[in-house]
Amino acid sequence: MIKTTLVLLVAFFVVTSKSFAQDKFYTKTGKVNFYSKAPLEEINGKNKTATAVLDSKSGAIQFAVQMKGFEFEKQLMEQHFNENYVESDAFPRSEFRGFIDNNANINYSKTGTYTAKVKGKLTLHGVTQDVESAATIKINDGSIDASSAFNVLLSDFKISIPSLVKDKVSNSIKIVVDCNLQPLKN
Amino acid sequence: MKIIPYCLLLFLGVGAFAQDTTDLLSLIPTAKPQKEFVYNAFKSPRVIMTHSMEMLRAGVLDFRILHRFGRINGGAYEFFGLDGPATVRLGLDYGITNNFTVGLGRSNLNKELDGFLKYRIIHQATGPRAKPFSLVAVAGSTLTTLKWADPTRQNFFTSRMAFYGQAIVGRKFSEAFSMQIVPSVVHRNLVPTAVDPNDLFAIGAGARIKLSRRISFNADYHHILNQNSAAGYYDPLSIGFDNETGGHVFQLHFTNSKGMNERAFLTNTEYTWTKGDIFFGFNISRQFQISKRKR
Repeated sequence: MIKTTLVLLVAFFVVTSKSFAQDKFYTKTGKVNFYSKAPLEEINGKNKTATAVLDSKSGAIQFAVQMKGFEFEKQLMEQHFNENYVESDAFPRSEFRGFIDNNANINYSKTGTYTAKVKGKLTLHGVTQDVESAATIKINDGSIDASSAFNVLLSDFKISIPSLVKDKVSNSIKIVVDCNLQPLKN
Repeated sequence: MKIIPYCLLLFLGVGAFAQDTTDLLSLIPTAKPQKEFVYNAFKSPRVIMTHSMEMLRAGVLDFRILHRFGRINGGAYEFFGLDGPATVRLGLDYGITNNFTVGLGRSNLNKELDGFLKYRIIHQATGPRAKPFSLVAVAGSTLTTLKWADPTRQNFFTSRMAFYGQAIVGRKFSEAFSMQIVPSVVHRNLVPTAVDPNDLFAIGAGARIKLSRRISFNADYHHILNQNSAAGYYDPLSIGFDNETGGHVFQLHFTNSKGMNERAFLTNTEYTWTKGDIFFGFNISRQFQISKRKR
């Protein structure tokens, strides 16, 4: 009897700890880039320090980006981005909190590539909006590649473009997310 | 009976799973707070006349057109000074590093060239090893290329020159308010009379109040400490607005100084606000990114 108990105990802990280890995946070096294409100027900002966590059990997925971490080709773009558009001092962080709608279709224990439907709330410039996007989830041996591209309208987030620079800054911004998520051990 | 411990065990497991928090991001330990430099204390590297605590970033070229119309107390006949005569200074400033800027300029007033080196010694920062203020040192010289007033006497090339040094102690107190204190010294190789000191000392201040994201109210002032009182020169005071539009900063202002380099406005401001001898003027700053940033 004692033997059985022990075996069960060990089995239980092995199973639970294993499931804990593989439940959640994260990164602190996620890439979030954005692109603005206007007739006179193309602007892109790159951020390589996005934090992302994916819970494979529930399908919950969350991102956080420090606005001051965006880098631009021109210094002045960075200054204007922080000072005039996203107001980084007042709203230092942007977040996405959502879930994978078709999480049940993704087999996290087997390598493969899946198309996921991600829904959630994006908070930017102090404004929260519903966002929906297709994403590619690639299950590797031990890690997950998650990528997505979607468009947002600056006007939805109360970021206004002065008429003088209407030809230089687009209201429609393409956001590209690319992350390699590692197992979260806790 | 023996099943009970297993059941308990199961519940334990379930309990652990139920901790499945909705705030996943909180599971990631937050990075240590990092030292963060304070930028954009002023919209441009000049308050109005005076160098500001702000620097050009590395690889940025700033083309500056400074323009002062005539005196506004010329009245309607002179169209409040817009008929001129106008003074102009054209300048090019370049950021060699984020903390080191060089600049050249030429003014039509006195046909004067000027150049300066500007170095940021302390950069205001927050976080670990925070710095409460910025300290910037400026060294410059001016060279007038006017024909000699009296060609018959022995004239030295060095007599055309003057030098200035400034220390700028500034702080961005909040997003809306920045202020700086600027002690200056100007050395003139040649002065008009024996009672005019070659070395003039001044203490100045500059500030800005941000009115909106793109518009700010600016003022700068210098008090000259040892001006020859008989020379008829006054302390320069400028007030105005910065308007930023894309790559341009337009500075529109009123000032009592026609001169636009440090020697000219610190030592040679011959007009005074109290008599209404005020000039309307503008500075246009256009910044170009010359060298691409590595990222």
